[in-house]
This record gives sequence, structure tokens and C-alpha cells, in this order.
Amino acid sequence: MSDFLEVLSTYDIAGAFWVNIRLAFFAGIFGLALGTVLALMRVSPVPSMRAIGSGYVTLFRNTPLTIIMVFCISVLWSVLGLRLSSDFTANFFWLAVLALTVYHAAFFCEAIRSGVNTVPVGQAEAARAIGLPFLAAARLVIFPQAFRGAIAPLGNTLIALIKNTTVAAAVSVPEVSILMKEMIENNGNYVVPIFMAIAVGFVVIVIPVGLVTTFLSQRLAVSR
Amino acid sequence: MSVEDVTPVADQATGDADERFPAPSREPLIVLQDVQKHFGELHVLRDIDLTVHKGEVVVVLGPSGSGKSTLCRAINRLEPIDSGTILLDGEPLPLEGKPLARLRADVGMVFQSFNLFAHKTILENVTLGPIKVKRMKPAEAKELAMQLLERVGVANQAHKLPAQLSGGQQQRVAIARALAMQPKAILFDEPTSALDPEMVNEVLDVMVSLAREGMTMIVVTHEMGFARKAADRVIFMADGQIVEQAEPDAFFTNPRSDRAKDFLGKILTH
Repeated sequence: MSDFLEVLSTYDIAGAFWVNIRLAFFAGIFGLALGTVLALMRVSPVPSMRAIGSGYVTLFRNTPLTIIMVFCISVLWSVLGLRLSSDFTANFFWLAVLALTVYHAAFFCEAIRSGVNTVPVGQAEAARAIGLPFLAAARLVIFPQAFRGAIAPLGNTLIALIKNTTVAAAVSVPEVSILMKEMIENNGNYVVPIFMAIAVGFVVIVIPVGLVTTFLSQRLAVSR
Repeated sequence: MSVEDVTPVADQATGDADERFPAPSREPLIVLQDVQKHFGELHVLRDIDLTVHKGEVVVVLGPSGSGKSTLCRAINRLEPIDSGTILLDGEPLPLEGKPLARLRADVGMVFQSFNLFAHKTILENVTLGPIKVKRMKPAEAKELAMQLLERVGVANQAHKLPAQLSGGQQQRVAIARALAMQPKAILFDEPTSALDPEMVNEVLDVMVSLAREGMTMIVVTHEMGFARKAADRVIFMADGQIVEQAEPDAFFTNPRSDRAKDFLGKILTH
């Protein structure tokens, strides 16, 4: 046991997890923002906006994340020369954030749209009846209630995002699953304990997210 | 036109009018010409021609499915129409976007299910339109809102959420919210149909007092008492058509059409 702990302590596990947390943090913020815009488009009165919104969701929700991740590196960066940072490593980090963002935005959008569906149609009618145009009605009346009705599905999307940050390994971002592979290669006798340690690390990160979203979804529920 | 501006004094020129109610002017405010609407196969509004004058109170009666709610909702384009013209104060109803929003601000609407903004307090419900649509200063909007809430008798609930109020209180707040926009007219779409019986009168009392002050009102309702008391004109609809229109007394005592006789026979015998 103490040998195993010694093996663990020779690797910067916390540092690697920190990369995953940063990936999830930035992709979460950008993905939620993009998802909100997409959800607005999907409920907008303009047919072309709705078509773009649903086209985006259909495309990105049905494409594997690994494919998007590799596309970002081998097409956007290698072929088209897109650079999100002048630093080589940071560039890969931000390209991974980009991939995670565009992929999860589709899921954030659908979570928010499920929240919009919890808002009775009369709320929108009343907003229109006092003269609020679409965007003002969405911002002041519909979306504040929609977000409060969407906390649980948004939490689920965030949990999926946190775990999906490990896909950044496909483009060599030094996150925890790459470290795990390295640890296993060097310590073949501890394969199972190493797996367990990393898995427990994710559980420790993810469980509070679930607890907080459950608490908030009850606390912030709109009473009707 | 603010609420206080309207003097509850009868028009002296028309001696036969009920003294407590001002007679409507002859100035048309809402004009519908040859309005048609279908829901799929169903022809819900047929050849609707209707003129509502400033200060007039029009009660729309009819069996369910006769198109009366649709008529009410078509006037501020919550339901788009297939063909025909709707004029508000001489201007045709815009199709979409900002001009439509501006027009809607001039026509209040009170819904059957109240539709108060569930995440906002009573006070915020009333101030939202004045602040965000009319660009009124928040302090002024609050003062106006408190006056209106006072007037409909729910000022002491101003900081509660809609779900904490009774149906009757919520509907009175909805009326205050409509009034806060200082509209040219208010549409009432079955305002008492979702209320418990003991709460109907508190809402009708507010509506009667509005009628008395000369507010232009189109009221879809089943409240015959209100129609008798406050309406200048009753419109009877069936199968999407306006079948009959008359002053309330004439309509209730001497309906001309068979459909109206049949309808009144069913609701007045109890």
C-alpha cells in the first residue's frame, strides 16, 4: 500500500486534474453562452434562425466528440493554420476547449430548450401583450424562468462535459487520462489501483456538481 | 391618457344614457373589416366586420368554439388572421417586429389564466412594461404601479410572488399591469372563467369601474350581469360569425336570431 502511495506521489496527479478542470471551466462557460444563443435561435419567430439553430444541434450532437477534437487539430490547425495561442501547448489546450465548446453547446442548447418548454405559453403571450419585442420578452420573461427550469439538465450536461475533457487526450493535451496511461505503462503491477485512483478523482469532482444542481433546481424552481 | 384623466361624468348630450357611465364617442378606435381566419379546416372567424368606438364597452357572447376568444386575440395579433383588415386608431396592424410590439403596448390584454410573470413580484409585474417598453424612470413606474395596485385593492401584496395570491387577486394585478401601459383599449379574454365563484365579483367590480371611467373595452365573458350593467353593446357570435349585435337590454329581452334565443335559453333558465 505504501509502495503504491509512493508511486502516486511521484506523479503530478493534481496538476493533471487541474487541466481537466480548466478545460471543463472554459468549455462550460463558452458552451453555455453558445448554447443560450442557439436556444434563442431555436425558439425565435424567424424561420431561418430556427433552421440554423436546429441544423447546428443536429450536426454537432450527432458527431462523436473525438472526431470534432481531431478535426480541430488536423484541419483547423494543421491545414488551415488556426492558432488560438502563440504558445504551442496552450494552442492545443484552446483548440481542445473549442472542440468541447462546439460539441457541448448543442447539449446546453437542448437543456435550455427543455427549460423553455417548462414555461407556459401564456407567459410569452403576456410579455408580447405589454409590447415587449421577442428578444426583450426572451431576456426578461422567458429565459429567466427557462434557466430555473433547466438547472437539472444543465447540470447533467456539465457532468458529461467534465468527464468528456478526457477526450482531449486524443490531441495530446496533458490531462489526467494521458497521465494515467503513462503511470500504467511504468507501473504494470498497479494497474487496478491506478485506475481506481483516477476514477475516484473524477467522482470527487463530479458528485458536488450533482448535489449543487439538485439543490439549486429545487431552491430556484418557479412556483406557479 | 392616464387613468386619472378620465372623468367619470356622463356625456350630457345623450340624456338617455345611464348617468354613471359616459356614453361612447363616435370616434372609431378598433375597426375590423372582412376578417377571416381558419384553424386548418375550421373557419373560426368568418366575415367579421366590427367597429369599436372610443370609450365603448363591447361584450362578446357566444357558445364555446364560436370564435369569440380568437376575435379578441386577433385584435393585438396574438392570433394572426388569414385575410381582412384590422385598424387600431386608424392604423393597420403591423405584421411583426418592433412596430407590432409598439402597437401591442397600446392595447392592454387580460387573460383567462392571468399569466402574471411567475418569477417576478406583483410590483415588478406592473412596472416591467412601463420601464422596459415605455422607458419610464423606475421610481415613476413604481409610483404609478403602487397607485394602480392600490386602486385594484392589492397594494399590500406588492412584494409577493404571483403564486402567493388568490386567483381573484392575481387577475386584479393583471388588470393593473394592463392599465400601467396606459392603453387606448383593453381586451379581456374570459377574465373570470378561471376564478372560484366567490372571487368573480372582486374582478368584475374593477372592470365596471373602468367602464365607468370611459375605458374602451372588449370583453369576452359569460357574465351576463356584467354585460347588462356595463356594456354599451353586446355582440353575439356563433360558428365564427357575428350573428347579432344590440344594446344589452334589447339583446337579453328580445334576441332576434334563433341562435341567440337558443343560447340565452340555455344559460338564463337557471
